[in-house]
Amino acid sequence: MPEAAVTHHGAHAIPRLQHHFDTMAQQKEAATLGMWVFLVTEVLFFGGMFCAYMIYRMWHYDGFVAASRELDLGLGGINTAVLIGSSLTVALGVHAAQTGKQRQLVWMLIATLVLGLVFLVIKYFEYESKLHLHEAHHAAAMVRLFPAAGWFEVTGELAPLAGGIRLFMVLYFAMTGMHAIHMIIGIGILAVILRMAMKGEFTPQWYAPVEIFGLYWHFVDIVWIFLFPLLYLVNRHG
Amino acid sequence: MSFHPQDAELHDHIIPAKVYYAIFAALMVLTVITVAVAWVDLGLLNIVVALGVAVLKASLVVLYFMHVRYASRLTWVVVGSGFFWLFILLSITLTDYLSRGWMEAPMLVR
Amino acid sequence: MSTPITGTGSAVPAPALPERHYLNATHGLKSWLLTTDHKRIGLLYLFTITIFFLLGGLFALLVRLQLLSPQGAIMTPDVYNRAFTMHGVIMVFFFLVPSIPATLGNFLLPIMIGAKDLAFPRINLLSWYLFVIGGIFGIVALAGGGVDTGWTFYTPYSSMSSNSRVLTGGLGIFISGFASILTGLNFIVTTHRMRAPGMTWFRLPLFVWAHYATSLIMILGTPVVAISVLLVMFERVLRVGIFDPSIGGDPVLFQHLFWFYSHPAVYIMVLPGMGVISELIAAYSRKNIFGYAFVAFSSLAIAVVGFLVWGHHMFVAGETPYSALLFSVLSYIVAVPSAIKTFNWTATLYRGSISYDTPMLYAFGFLGLFLVGGLTGLFLAAAGLDVHVHDTYFVVAHFHYIMVGGTLMAYLGGMHYWWPKITGKLYPEGWSKLSALIIFVGFNLTFFPQFLVGYLGMPRRYAMYPPEFQIYNVLSTAGATILGVGYLLPMIYLTWSWFYGKPAGNNPWNVKGLEWQTTSPPPTFNFDETPIVTDATVLYGHPEEVKVA
Repeated sequence: MPEAAVTHHGAHAIPRLQHHFDTMAQQKEAATLGMWVFLVTEVLFFGGMFCAYMIYRMWHYDGFVAASRELDLGLGGINTAVLIGSSLTVALGVHAAQTGKQRQLVWMLIATLVLGLVFLVIKYFEYESKLHLHEAHHAAAMVRLFPAAGWFEVTGELAPLAGGIRLFMVLYFAMTGMHAIHMIIGIGILAVILRMAMKGEFTPQWYAPVEIFGLYWHFVDIVWIFLFPLLYLVNRHG
Repeated sequence: MSFHPQDAELHDHIIPAKVYYAIFAALMVLTVITVAVAWVDLGLLNIVVALGVAVLKASLVVLYFMHVRYASRLTWVVVGSGFFWLFILLSITLTDYLSRGWMEAPMLVR
Repeated sequence: MSTPITGTGSAVPAPALPERHYLNATHGLKSWLLTTDHKRIGLLYLFTITIFFLLGGLFALLVRLQLLSPQGAIMTPDVYNRAFTMHGVIMVFFFLVPSIPATLGNFLLPIMIGAKDLAFPRINLLSWYLFVIGGIFGIVALAGGGVDTGWTFYTPYSSMSSNSRVLTGGLGIFISGFASILTGLNFIVTTHRMRAPGMTWFRLPLFVWAHYATSLIMILGTPVVAISVLLVMFERVLRVGIFDPSIGGDPVLFQHLFWFYSHPAVYIMVLPGMGVISELIAAYSRKNIFGYAFVAFSSLAIAVVGFLVWGHHMFVAGETPYSALLFSVLSYIVAVPSAIKTFNWTATLYRGSISYDTPMLYAFGFLGLFLVGGLTGLFLAAAGLDVHVHDTYFVVAHFHYIMVGGTLMAYLGGMHYWWPKITGKLYPEGWSKLSALIIFVGFNLTFFPQFLVGYLGMPRRYAMYPPEFQIYNVLSTAGATILGVGYLLPMIYLTWSWFYGKPAGNNPWNVKGLEWQTTSPPPTFNFDETPIVTDATVLYGHPEEVKVA
């Protein structure tokens, strides 16, 4: 039966039900639909960069291969596992909220937060390593980024591929950087939700913020699921 | 589908936790496969496999972690149109880039 | 002059303002700046975009003054580049894109569907703040000398060589794009989830259908221009060369990404206007729109097919002839739903009981001018012909016929039609009709010569031109002056009517629609009781006529 109970002044007898909605179900469906529509905008936002990647990989395949091999596959792989793990924990967190398990919800959110931070720390080390002189596979070639003289410099054997290498690195930083910004924002929101969870504010009747945050977090994971093979695994054979 | 969503009961299909663990395991296995395949020379198939696995992983996350398997048709339309629009951007842009060089300008002097 | 017809025939007391309504429910600046009431937010937007309209109009004036003389009357080419760029950037991003949706859409959408507010009132307020912040960046860019790349920001000039305020201007556009996205998101969720009992999809006003379709475009397109502008800004700061041909980048890639949004953006700008016109024509013919379902679905068709045609802006940019062929064919197809609307509006007029109130005059203006603008679009869609007229005043005239002759006319028509609902007051009919006439005359004098001079070969964005083109430019500038007067008049008399106009009553035009069933101005939560919608609420000629308040 509908849960609406409107008093004379329009205020609802049900806490958490906003004045312009009639029932909690309507409110939750609106919130969820809103997050999905927002995620569609994010697909198109990252999509523009995927489009640039697609074209330049076509045009500069060899340069992309060379540059991709400069990325640390081990760290990238660990980060992939970390992020997928954090998707698991947040999904378990939503499950805990749905079933009223307060403590498990809190622990799952903490786990997600920790995994998210681990991802960012690893990312930091990855970026940092590129600030210094970086020996490439071939001893005679070097790829150096952010030197004093300019942002990218490719010398030695790889020099003919400089164009493609530079374009790859631009896209690498743009795409992973944008992804990292989304992670940072996500962690910020997560901190707020964690605080609410620790105060016991979520119940099986009202846990929409957890679920909606979960959707956002999973989306950020999905972006990485595509970034990982496209950036780290262009060509590891031959 | 109820016309008055505001009258709908607040009921969510609750996916059991063990399904989440299974999906997680599948995702990890697929990640290992993706990395392993990158070391094998399959020519053009490399990118196909890499993207195929990524799409499969993304689908698992969308369907189970994001509950879309049990969501309304509207949600499916929203999710689908997001990816479909990206597909429009990529494919129609490709019609330009793939056809570059098909036609020589007759006056071109090299 | 028409007077509202009462249904009962008996004496009706003079309308009065309701005691409490959304305007006087709370007082003080904070109650406006922190409001979550969609109606107040609509007015906040109205205030802001009017400022931008005046600013954009100022630059238009400067452009037209410059072009009075073949050698350029008042500016150097470098300054001229900034003038036309600022005119374009301000008018497109800070006036036309938000215009109808953020003002009339925000105000009317919830009321038309019988809801108390939009789905996310606080996000609605956030969108206004983002718009204002984006606008401030735009003004800062202006104060720093403006941008000189053209509103299209083509690379590599914008990303590598231009000395103008590309970064600041780009940031302004980037931030205000989020305002657009949030508005679209709000409208979509509201339309799906907050319709009153009985308000089925096929009883929705066509205004709502149009805004729903517009919102789809906002959601799907804006993010791509956001990333395009972001990459250009990235490039300017880091100088990494993403669109730099010398390292193997492709400037045309920017154009693909830019126009993927910017073509659908023109539908963002015109679809809401079409929604307004559907309402006006039905109201002032006292007849249901002919082929309601076709008009509703044509809005969706425009939104979808509009995403497939962007390459028609790039016929001479370096895309391949094969790609150009595809885009050309699709561009002819996208004209079909617009044509369907035009036929249906005309068919609605047939055997309608037509009144010539001011909003209807604007609707007639729209019909004629949008027709011309749309047909000339077909000229441009033919790739071969486009080679001749691309980047000439023919293109400029084409899009001004649609944006100014179309959207701006619809905006003014809608503003007049719903002004009594928004403010509770009536505006002076004599002045409003005079202004409409002045605008129509001024518009045609400004832009028709541009078709001619463009076809004769005068390029756009040039600060000077061959002397044989002068007569066309002088006529155009004269027209622009008249047009400017025409636009100033409504600002004056509408503001006057806010304070001194006669109370309008609930339904001064005696027309159908949920918004006319509530008071003028409406109460804060729109309705005193949640309305139940039946066919009689929305259809003309229904046996069970709704009583006039």
